[in-house]
Amino acid sequence: MQPLPLVLAALIAAAAVLAVAMPFVRRPRRSSERGPDAQPPQLELLERRDRALAALAELEFDHRTGKIADADYHRLLGPLRGEAAEALRLVRGTARRAVEPKRTTQKRRRRAVPAVASKEPS
Amino acid sequence: MAIVGRAALIVTLALVAYAALAGGYAALRGRRALAESARNALVAAFATTAVASLVLMAAFAGHDFSLVYVAEHSSRQLPLGYTLAGFWSGQAGSLLLWLLVLTGMSSAAVLLNRRLVAEVLPWTVPVLATVGCFFAFVPVVVSSPFGTQPAPPNGAGMNVSLQNPYMLAHPPLLYLGYVGLTIPFGFAMAALLSGRTDERWLVATRRWTLASWTFLGFAILIGAKWAYETIGWGGYYAWDPVENAALMPWLVSTAFLHSVMVQEKKAMLRVWNVVLVTLAFCLSLFGTFLTRSGVINSVHSFSQSSIGAWFLGFIAIVVAASTALIVARLPLLRSRSRLESLVSREAAFLYNNLLLVAFALTILWGVAFPLLSQALRGETLTVGPPYYDFFLKTFGLPLLLLMAIGPLIAWRRASLPSLSRSFAWPMLAGVSVGLLLLAGGAGSSPPGLVAYSFCVVVLGAIMLEFVRGTRARKALGATSWPAAFTSLVARNRRRYGGYVSHAAVVLLVIGIVGSSAYGASAAARLQPGQTLGVGAYTLRYLGATFRPGVNHDELRARLEVFRDGKPAGVVAAGKNDYHVESFFSSAVAIRTDWRRAEDLFVIGDQFHRDGSVDLKVVVNPLVDLIWLAGGVFLLGSLIAMWPDAREQRRLARRTRDLEALAHA
Repeated sequence: MQPLPLVLAALIAAAAVLAVAMPFVRRPRRSSERGPDAQPPQLELLERRDRALAALAELEFDHRTGKIADADYHRLLGPLRGEAAEALRLVRGTARRAVEPKRTTQKRRRRAVPAVASKEPS
Repeated sequence: MAIVGRAALIVTLALVAYAALAGGYAALRGRRALAESARNALVAAFATTAVASLVLMAAFAGHDFSLVYVAEHSSRQLPLGYTLAGFWSGQAGSLLLWLLVLTGMSSAAVLLNRRLVAEVLPWTVPVLATVGCFFAFVPVVVSSPFGTQPAPPNGAGMNVSLQNPYMLAHPPLLYLGYVGLTIPFGFAMAALLSGRTDERWLVATRRWTLASWTFLGFAILIGAKWAYETIGWGGYYAWDPVENAALMPWLVSTAFLHSVMVQEKKAMLRVWNVVLVTLAFCLSLFGTFLTRSGVINSVHSFSQSSIGAWFLGFIAIVVAASTALIVARLPLLRSRSRLESLVSREAAFLYNNLLLVAFALTILWGVAFPLLSQALRGETLTVGPPYYDFFLKTFGLPLLLLMAIGPLIAWRRASLPSLSRSFAWPMLAGVSVGLLLLAGGAGSSPPGLVAYSFCVVVLGAIMLEFVRGTRARKALGATSWPAAFTSLVARNRRRYGGYVSHAAVVLLVIGIVGSSAYGASAAARLQPGQTLGVGAYTLRYLGATFRPGVNHDELRARLEVFRDGKPAGVVAAGKNDYHVESFFSSAVAIRTDWRRAEDLFVIGDQFHRDGSVDLKVVVNPLVDLIWLAGGVFLLGSLIAMWPDAREQRRLARRTRDLEALAHA
């Protein structure tokens, strides 16, 4: 058997092993062993918001082209605006809820620091 | 070098097996480094498959007949293009091409979407790699293209019906279509496994699905063109099981491309979409099984082999596993909204989906019927073209009408005034053209007449959409009419690209109806100097000619053509005698009249010692619109696939907002 094909075959195998081993050899990143979180509920809200806004834009354009009669346009506009407003309200509400506990925690921390410091020997 | 090819394939199998197992474990346990390693393995599998493919290609180019596969599918007399196409002209090589496309597409899809669907990717890699495992296992263990032998002086040559330029393109395009359906399946299953069933997996795979659909559709058309020119019966589609095998996943993907819009706009049909993606993938596997198992008789299939059982087993595993996963994840796929009205665009899409899937399943029943009858009753009962033609009309005509209704009807709910305003002109045009055609004698085929009237309605609807949209864009501030038109298409490429694809379907229907319902044919045995008339044509037989060649000899009957009594050139139809393959094949003559989109199709069937020849002549009106439809179809797909900066911005904004919410 000729040696060249064997050497080439061995090189292919070695290159494959190298490619597979690379992530373990490289310097690990901080979050290297963290798995994906559960699906964030905010994502669903953002999708809902984008969908409602896109539907409003499309309704507007279809009305301009004459595809949708005035009566239909006005009948559909109200519920769609309502949906968009509701989606935006929910997104903002989520943002507020996310910010408030954080602020509370920060305030607690600020209050806690002097207390801990006062116990330290002077 | 066979050992290099074999080693590369074995390494490929090891890599995809690792990617499947390690990737699955990494996704389950949240091990990011291991997941990256699995992803690298999948990409490396593409590289090693490419090495194996290059080795095989080099063996064909160098006429290395020590490889059994090369000796069986090429010869020294074969022109270079066909010699290289020998790569995919047999079972083992075509499976290698399949693996190459699969690993290539999987790697590209995983690398290109690593940011958009970062949480889904750890599961996507093992799903795609599992499919890769099967397709790597087959050429390594069951049917290897790298088997060796003492080299004979010459090869056995290539199947002569494959020696056609269209056959150079047809199989790779078909595989790009079939294999491409693995990508949406992989992402859908990964979305279910990871629990991330939001819109992003659809966004990530939309272009892949569109590309696969385009490749598959174009491959079917190229295959039809090949059959038209090579098989030589005057037709282009015969409801052959292998042709149907490609049509079924195409129909289901067409349904998916429509229903995905309903999910995006209304958050509905989420279960249905996952089912469609799975069905399209399973049908692509089933089509591969049909072509390769030898269980059916077809001019397109490979010879009888043991590979069918492996495919059947794999299909069973895929169906069982994906069904179980979909059922387990049903709560995640619950629809967010309901159908508001049965007269709305989403309802029109739903009807379109039901018709497309029903048609695909009807074809599946027709294809599977001989297999089932053989298994259950011990005799092979087949269903013929009348069965398929009946269902083509039953499902096809309403589908055609829906193509006109869909674009003109509003989302959510449409009222009678809106509908009548939108439909008045297209309907009027359709009815007028129908009456004109009836007066012109097209009533000989009522379904054909109805199809033509519907085609006019569809074209009217498409034109109306473009005209009204451009007018609205101009009113919104576009500087000129061309600018308004460009802005209209650029702002919604999928919609307007879709309309161009609809126009392609209309051309296709006009071509199919014209050639099948309004054609003419005649057959006769002619002596030199005698004539044969068919439709507006008269052919005079001038005599036979013989021309020897390196690869094959050519025997031709030369015929002078007259249309409406005026000379229209000379055509030559006859036979080719392939030396190495010891095979006679038909070489039909096709005279195309592009002004009428009409073909004169001449078959030189039998040459007699007394100088006479048996001729069959077919006039195919409007048949060339079918091939023109291919070009329009590609244009529509290209427009729809073109990257949409607005959508990219929308997704980027959503990701930013999500991060802002998460870090607030």
